[in-house]
Amino acid sequence: MAKLTIPKEEIMSPGHMGCQGCGATMAMRYALKALGKKTMISVPACCWAIIPGAWPNTCMQIPMQYTAFEVTGASISGIRAALDSQGMQDVNVVGWAGDGGTVDIGIQALSGMIERGHNVIYICYDNEAYMNTGIQRSGSTPYGAWTTTTPVGTTEYWEEGQKKNLMEIVVAHRLPYAATASVAYPEDFIKKLNKCLEIPGPKFFQVYAPCPTGWKSSPELSMDLARKAVTTRAFPIYEVEHGKYKINRKPEKTPLSEYLMLQGRFKHLPEKEVEFLDAHYEKEWKALLKLEEMTQDESLGNFM
Amino acid sequence: MKTYQEITITPINNVDSRAVKTGAWRTWRPVLIPEKCIHCYKCWKVCPDVAISVESPEEKSLPVWDYDYCKGCGLCAFECPKDAIEMQREVDQ
Ligand SMILES: Cc1ncc(C[n+]2csc(CCOP(=O)(O)OP(=O)(O)O)c2C)c(N)n1
Ligand SMILES: [Mg+2]
Repeated sequence: MAKLTIPKEEIMSPGHMGCQGCGATMAMRYALKALGKKTMISVPACCWAIIPGAWPNTCMQIPMQYTAFEVTGASISGIRAALDSQGMQDVNVVGWAGDGGTVDIGIQALSGMIERGHNVIYICYDNEAYMNTGIQRSGSTPYGAWTTTTPVGTTEYWEEGQKKNLMEIVVAHRLPYAATASVAYPEDFIKKLNKCLEIPGPKFFQVYAPCPTGWKSSPELSMDLARKAVTTRAFPIYEVEHGKYKINRKPEKTPLSEYLMLQGRFKHLPEKEVEFLDAHYEKEWKALLKLEEMTQDESLGNFM
Repeated sequence: MKTYQEITITPINNVDSRAVKTGAWRTWRPVLIPEKCIHCYKCWKVCPDVAISVESPEEKSLPVWDYDYCKGCGLCAFECPKDAIEMQREVDQ
């Protein structure tokens, strides 16, 4: 003890506009600690477009560009090309977008970016809805959740679809590195970012970022919820390096209801729905374990 | 038509957000009970507002809160393994 487990340097300043207990700001703070000051970041419309502050304020001690909602991938492709043409290969280029901006609206720009093979890092912070505009459901919203567009009330009009498996879409591009991470495990997130800085080509992260405002949860619970999302198998932590899966956390399973019932967005769910969701997560977890096992096969070699 | 050299330069945010004292948002104030602190610095690690600093971890210095920026989310108190942080109501009346 008496030792810091993550880098001491702060590249994100206090005084930002993040809500109390905002997971997205925790994620950015950790990411910048790993990426360092020689980083340029591009952010589309999302909470993070307002968190830095109203003009002329900013909490970012590195250059940050605001870009349009659907083009994060394209914008970092361009920044990378411009820097490279000026001989600045040693600058990290990062795209930082929300789940809505990634799994739905920005997905073609992300796909093109990976396909072209730019040396960039795309980080999607996942708070499981369009939070900045008032909690509308996104493709990343999990089954059963209340949002303002799946309003429940006295009805069963909660989110009907399962959370879109963004990682599988990304991994299908056969890119060198993709990983999930969580604000519950900053050391793991930072370690994986450091590792990916050594890998040329496109890199992708999906980082779990609780949103007390949108999840109707208490702000002090943000880290605990992120932890419970992992232990309940709702959001597994794993990486895929050159096609090889590695699950970074295999904790004892904890009851899903202990995670769901801390959040107002799930409070209406009857027990049978919780069981249904639990069975779904368990199935996904088993498939993930199989993928890990299967991709260890040496004869497969490396993808990309 | 104007060329790109003639159009207005993109506005640039260049004033550090420390200019904005977000501590004014706070209802609950985290207060450290020094005797209970075991210098694990989890409070520092979880703070979304960069409002906690640690001078020298090697010398087991106590974490220090900057109440100009702490929004009182309570994450530090919740994550503290020793219950060494108490949330006190700002204006008790
Ligand atoms: C083309 C376009 N459509 C809609 C919007 C409005 N808009 C701004 S932010 C936002 C929500 C973004 O959600 P997400 O990407 O999940 O990030 P979050 O706000 O949750 O952090 C929306 C819909 C926009 N700026 N541009
Ligand atoms: Mg979102």
